[in-house]
Amino acid sequence: MAENFTLRVNGREHAVRAEANTPLVYILRNDLKLKGTRFGCGQGNCGACTVLIDGKPVQSCDTPLWSAPGHEITTIEGLGSAEAPGRLQQAFIDEQAMQCGYCINGIIMSAEALLREKPAPTDAEIAQALERNLCRCGTHPRVLRAIKRAAGETR
Amino acid sequence: MNSPVLPQSLKTNPQLERWVRFNADRTVTVFSGKVELGQGIVTAIAQIAAEELDVSLARLAIVPGDTRCSPDEWYTAGSQSIEVGGASMRLACAEVRQLFVEEAARRFEVSAAELRVRDGAIELPGTDLATSYWDLAGEVSLARAATGRAPPKPSAAHAIVGKSAPRRDIRAKLSGAAYVHDMELPGMVYGRVLRPPAQGARLKTLDEAAIRALPGVVGLCVSGSFVAIAAAREEQAVAALEAARGAAQWDDSPALPEPGEIASVLRALPSTRTITSSRHTPGAGAAVTRREAVYSKPYIAHASIGLSCALAEFTDGKLTIWSHTQGPHHLRAQIASVLGMAESEVEVVHRDGAGCYGHNGADDVALDAALLARACSRPVLLQWTREDELAWSPCGSAMVVKLRAGLDAGQRIVEWQHEIWSHTHIKRPGWGEGVNLLAAWHMDPPLPIPPPKDMPLPAGGADRNAVPLYDFPAHEVAYNFIADMPLRVSALRALGAYANIFAIECFLDELAAEAGIDPVAFRLQHLGDARARAVIEAVAAAAGWKAGAAGDGARGMGIGFGRYKNLSAYCAVVAEIEVAEKIRVTRAVAAVDAGQIVNPDGLRNQIEGGIVQAISWTLKEALQWDRERVTTRSWEDYPILRFDEVPRIEVVLIDHPEQPGLGTGECAAGPTAAAIGNALWHALGVRARDLPFTPERVARAMP
Repeated sequence: MAENFTLRVNGREHAVRAEANTPLVYILRNDLKLKGTRFGCGQGNCGACTVLIDGKPVQSCDTPLWSAPGHEITTIEGLGSAEAPGRLQQAFIDEQAMQCGYCINGIIMSAEALLREKPAPTDAEIAQALERNLCRCGTHPRVLRAIKRAAGETR
Repeated sequence: MNSPVLPQSLKTNPQLERWVRFNADRTVTVFSGKVELGQGIVTAIAQIAAEELDVSLARLAIVPGDTRCSPDEWYTAGSQSIEVGGASMRLACAEVRQLFVEEAARRFEVSAAELRVRDGAIELPGTDLATSYWDLAGEVSLARAATGRAPPKPSAAHAIVGKSAPRRDIRAKLSGAAYVHDMELPGMVYGRVLRPPAQGARLKTLDEAAIRALPGVVGLCVSGSFVAIAAAREEQAVAALEAARGAAQWDDSPALPEPGEIASVLRALPSTRTITSSRHTPGAGAAVTRREAVYSKPYIAHASIGLSCALAEFTDGKLTIWSHTQGPHHLRAQIASVLGMAESEVEVVHRDGAGCYGHNGADDVALDAALLARACSRPVLLQWTREDELAWSPCGSAMVVKLRAGLDAGQRIVEWQHEIWSHTHIKRPGWGEGVNLLAAWHMDPPLPIPPPKDMPLPAGGADRNAVPLYDFPAHEVAYNFIADMPLRVSALRALGAYANIFAIECFLDELAAEAGIDPVAFRLQHLGDARARAVIEAVAAAAGWKAGAAGDGARGMGIGFGRYKNLSAYCAVVAEIEVAEKIRVTRAVAAVDAGQIVNPDGLRNQIEGGIVQAISWTLKEALQWDRERVTTRSWEDYPILRFDEVPRIEVVLIDHPEQPGLGTGECAAGPTAAAIGNALWHALGVRARDLPFTPERVARAMP
């Protein structure tokens, strides 16, 4: 049975109607048209769909819709756009930290949560923050550089 | 005068209008058959076109892989996109530029050599005589065949090629919709496929009415063992898929061989032996010592982070498919043939997907989407599941490599035998006969799985890089071709080169150790190719290689080298490892000679990525199966290298702007694997010959 929910995403309220158990990733992508959150595995294992809920990184593929109202959800679109990238997006552009790019937005969301908590993380803390994110192209060295660059610019 | 030899893509698509179009808004559109797979090729091809046309990158748009307008450039594969696609674009653009400059020269009554082109404007310097590509576009017809006679710019004149242009696709991908997965059409519905639960299973019964009655379901396509479901909302399609999975009854029979060590699994399968390369130089010294070793590589998954996905729409009897295929023209022909349509009624438009690293489910899902779109008369966005991505898309063929060498009294290799057991390494749609699309084999009536045909040398499939680049006076390459494909196999990045270079380069270290010669020196003793020697010397210098330095029981350093396909880029890698419970690569240094470099940062990115992916293959990856099914179904079953396991990487580029550009996307894989294997020997004195080097394997190899 579809029900009505109100979500707060990137600072705006959205009314959606769907089954309560619908994974949040489908609501974000298909109802709110926030396509920057990628679907990777649907099993909570790869991190491509990572978004922030109250500042904490979560996999939106295994977060049910019913659990989201009343919380502040942030997606990659909340950090910046192609024309006005946020600090992490800009750092990834500066380092050209992308191959296919499919994993990157989830990685950026994990990194955003880290930098909010720890503005000057160590290498080990960055790797730890990305423990739930997979990358298959092997862009890891650039990703790590980009996150350090973004951190450096916040210091 | 003899006609110049045109690169293959320009031979197939000679008309210049197929490559370049000047638009009314004073922009240029170039058309390429090479598509973006995350390797940065669209940026590099755009650089080549902008350079030859003398237009700024900002003024140039590129349309890759669209059967409605792009040239047919085979597949985006085999590290051929710069060598063939780039070379074709360069010649086409040089000729277009020449045609326009000649037309301007006629008008100005000057010689063409006096004119210059600046961001599309054609000018006589020192005067106010000026025109442009756009002013002359009505006068100069590009409906003519390329001759290849217009000389491209000399590399010394390059202003765009050779510089690190930023990726054209990066901003969109870092912010919102950018992939085929993100597309939407009016009235579009979401599709999923119910695959058989086991490789040999056939559908017995499915209550179709019950599935159709599920919430949101708007279409069901059942044909033989092919079942696809469409629903108005994506979560409804997923729910209907799970309901169908629970309800479907299947006939099952074991279709896979008994699992076990690859070396015994493969050699137990029937095979046909062919000598694919041999050489004997008379007068070479006689072997006084001989050595033999057997190496193996498992079945490896492409394991893209994104799932295979396609969007299909029928309008007025015509089918359009948006797809992350590597070969849009081949896919169009195959889908037209399955659906009984004319090729002219089907268009395939490339849209980016996740990195594929070879032939994954990208083509299969396009047929799935087309079948379901036809069944429900709506546009369908169909996406696979992670389970099916691992269990049903093609995987990279397993291999066994047996090497034998004979050394003369002077410790020089005088005999070399390389024997392979493997399946085909390429089974793409359009390669060989028949239809290579999964749904076509499951439909009723099913199309037969076409007989396999591997790629012959010099590029080679399983025997890619089996022919030694070293100066051995005698060699023989034998290929035991296994026609059976119990696991579905096709092209995975580097094809046979990964296992062959791994085996050759590890075996060379074994021979060097036997001879008491440093591995770098031993290689150089057998290598006359100056460019090969240069990358080995460069990587040794950059890595701080010390001849004769001993490993300390926990840490070691090893080297690997190869020239991809013996035709493309040269790459040498030094790996430093630490071994505790597991092997950890702590540093990797690469030296690469790719001839003329189009985009240095893009090249570095490919090498870095190739090294990381090869470390992952080498330390961790193997598909698992039992008698019924591929049992690898999730990332938990198939670990890949993680952020806390990635080494520091340094890449040394050796630029040869005077030489043709050489493909680099696959050159690092084999050298990286060999460098790790040799570092393991250096650290522990252990020869591990069976991939991957899991902790259990390494423990077993201990004396």
